[in-house]
Amino acid sequence: MTVEALTPDAIAPRRRRSIRLFGHKPNLTAWIGLIIIALNIAVAVLAPLIAPYPQADIVGDAWADPDRLHWLGLDNLGRDILSRLIYGARLSIGLSSLITGLAFVIGIVCGFTAATLGGWVDAVLSRIVDLLLSMPVLIFAFMILSVLGTDIPVLIGTIALLNATLVFRLARAVAMTIASLEYVEAAKVRGEGTWWVISREILPNAIPPLAAEFGLRFCFTFLLIAALSFLGLGIQPPLADWGSMVKDYRDMINLDSAAPLYPAAAIAILTIGVNFVVDWMLSIHSRGHGEPA
Amino acid sequence: MTGSPAEAQETLLTVKDLRIEVRTDRGPGPVLVDDVSFTLRRGEVLGLIGESGAGKSTIGLSTLGYSRSGCVVSGGSMMMGGQDIRTMTGAQRRGLRGRGVAYIAQSAAASFNPSITIMDQVCEVAIRQGLMNKAEAEAAARALFRELELPNPDTFGSRYPHQVSGGQLQRAMAAMAMAARPDLLVFDEPTTALDVTTQVDVLASFRKLIREHRTAALYITHDLAVVAQIADRIMVLRRGKMVELGTARQILNEPREDYTKRLVAERAFGQTSTPAGRDAEKPLLSVNRVWASYSKFANVISDVSVELRRGDTVAVVGESGSGKSTLARVIVGLLPRSEGEISFGGQVLSPRLAGRSKDQLRRVQMIYQIPDVALNPRQTLLDVIGRPMKFYFNRSNEEVRARVLDLLRQIDLPESFITRYPSELSGGQKQRVSIARALAAEPDIIICDEITSALDQLVAEEILRLLKRLQDDLGIAYLFITHDLGTVKRIANKVVVMLKGRVVAAGETAEVFTPPHHPYTELLLSSVPEMRGEWLDEVLVRRGAIAAAAKASVATA
Repeated sequence: MTVEALTPDAIAPRRRRSIRLFGHKPNLTAWIGLIIIALNIAVAVLAPLIAPYPQADIVGDAWADPDRLHWLGLDNLGRDILSRLIYGARLSIGLSSLITGLAFVIGIVCGFTAATLGGWVDAVLSRIVDLLLSMPVLIFAFMILSVLGTDIPVLIGTIALLNATLVFRLARAVAMTIASLEYVEAAKVRGEGTWWVISREILPNAIPPLAAEFGLRFCFTFLLIAALSFLGLGIQPPLADWGSMVKDYRDMINLDSAAPLYPAAAIAILTIGVNFVVDWMLSIHSRGHGEPA
Repeated sequence: MTGSPAEAQETLLTVKDLRIEVRTDRGPGPVLVDDVSFTLRRGEVLGLIGESGAGKSTIGLSTLGYSRSGCVVSGGSMMMGGQDIRTMTGAQRRGLRGRGVAYIAQSAAASFNPSITIMDQVCEVAIRQGLMNKAEAEAAARALFRELELPNPDTFGSRYPHQVSGGQLQRAMAAMAMAARPDLLVFDEPTTALDVTTQVDVLASFRKLIREHRTAALYITHDLAVVAQIADRIMVLRRGKMVELGTARQILNEPREDYTKRLVAERAFGQTSTPAGRDAEKPLLSVNRVWASYSKFANVISDVSVELRRGDTVAVVGESGSGKSTLARVIVGLLPRSEGEISFGGQVLSPRLAGRSKDQLRRVQMIYQIPDVALNPRQTLLDVIGRPMKFYFNRSNEEVRARVLDLLRQIDLPESFITRYPSELSGGQKQRVSIARALAAEPDIIICDEITSALDQLVAEEILRLLKRLQDDLGIAYLFITHDLGTVKRIANKVVVMLKGRVVAAGETAEVFTPPHHPYTELLLSSVPEMRGEWLDEVLVRRGAIAAAAKASVATA
């Protein structure tokens, strides 16, 4: 099982293939989470088919109230909010999965290497991470994005790197604990190489805390993208993403409009869905460890 | 032993038909304790004995009005002072704990708050229950420290838990439990984590304390010999049910039930003769004047020499901290030696793991103390046992599978276990799997690091028998690290006694264990509890002289 297998994209197809997931039957909340994730992915994939209007088209007056043709009303420029929500799912979910996945790959590889090899490798990696962490996240992102431009690949790389520092710290600490256990020692005494020790002995046992972190990071990434978008460095108009929609519409809450609540609700629901699944995975992992009856 | 308490004495606790079961989300789960009844008079000590999972601790905790999360007292009554502990309100229970019943846990280190002085923790109960003010409580605590024979009783309390030894901390916990003068003490395996030599002192202190204060006690342990020293009556438990209840003397000398007979028989071992390794042969493993340390400043093992021949079982014994396990780590190469030489089959082994060939690594295997952490919880038994075959011999998947099934048969586990994960096995079964993993490498030597100390007596016995059988069949040599001299006498043909990183005695088992002993060997030997109730008194009398001699010998060593 690799970390990528935990991204929502990977979970949904497996669910359809069989009732069991990771060899266990999902419970009720896990099912709810899986259904939420699957619906979100379906909406993202099928966006052009189900969205009533293109995301950037102006179809009426700004802030028009909801009616039969525009279920959620129109936004500040007169674009259909529902359509933007549907297209926003593509960018938000796609970017978040990609960024979080990348952050976890970088963070786990570096963290485990630091923990297993120790010595100067650990010292160098840890100091680099300390350096990155010592700068406020937004200022660092601002710096990079204004130097390298606001392309989406740059955005992905920057946020992934920032998230990877946090994953690194967790992965290193978890791996240190596991590396001191006797089955890891037994593998070393057997003569196994570093790669075997990391991938077969440590990684499978480090999944529970890392999966929990994944659920959290995935959701924070929305908000970070939104924050960058607000500063004009994230998603560029006219593309829609949920985070920037919240920012764009937020003043309307004072004028009795529910407009900012729709994208916020979309973020919240997906967050809950992801965490339901993560919680369930944590529960099967803790059961697997054989707690005394 | 005290004479059996007179009938007229008032009954302190009456437990009747106690039933404790697990409640899960899906309804009732397994029954942990079923239909257990006993009474306890003031000043009486009842020993609860049984294997792990027998329900001993569950019963002990229930007398505090406490059950572990998920467990429920679902039947019976526990009358104490005219009240049923089971139906008490939260406030009543708080009043009961500390003042009525107090608890002494197995791990004192985990039971003390490391950031608060011992004195403050010992006094807390009495002060919070409003029984004494701070000055009175501290005076009482100092008196308890003195009774428990703690060093410098007047200043002992000002120390923090990490500043005292394990045995002292265990006694400090007894002081904490006694602080509010409870009527009943619950001892939950209080000496299990201690060395044999420390155990004697702690047991003696506990017994003195109980007798002087005429406190009743429930003494929970898996070691019959320990409970023999302290209990007036013994209850044998198995799988939550009472097997037998009787006076200590009757249980130990005339057990009625089969299970009790087996328990007593395992403990009352005799010395069996083990065929000696053939001395004429060249040694397989030879550790020659080896020194090693974790830091530059203190040597953990100094000038240690050990030889192992084909078919030998060499036991390395000593207290914790004597360097036994470090010796194992040095031999396998986890800790590089700083001086000396280790050779194997005539070749000198590199001090470091990285400098050894795959074949050298294969021929020395190791089995660990705690089976729960020695097996990767994410690998099936096929992966666990099969990996050495793939790694060392590069066998195909079919060969590996066939050989793993073969090994499972050899260690008496069903073949269907091949797809199981370690968490689905019991402690003893896990330890068998560890053995199979070692065997899979087809080694010449297996280093066994305290492999039975985490297991119940009967299970440990089976593991030892298995090892013996494998040795007879395969001619493997064992380096057996242990602090249990009983085990040593039974299985080892040679013994190395270590103290503070040095070898103080070595030779044939019979020789080392026959007088005249080295004084430290004598101290170790005399500390192994015997089932006779008089043993503790005798050993305490002899103890002073032996300990002095042992100290003198260390000073001159």
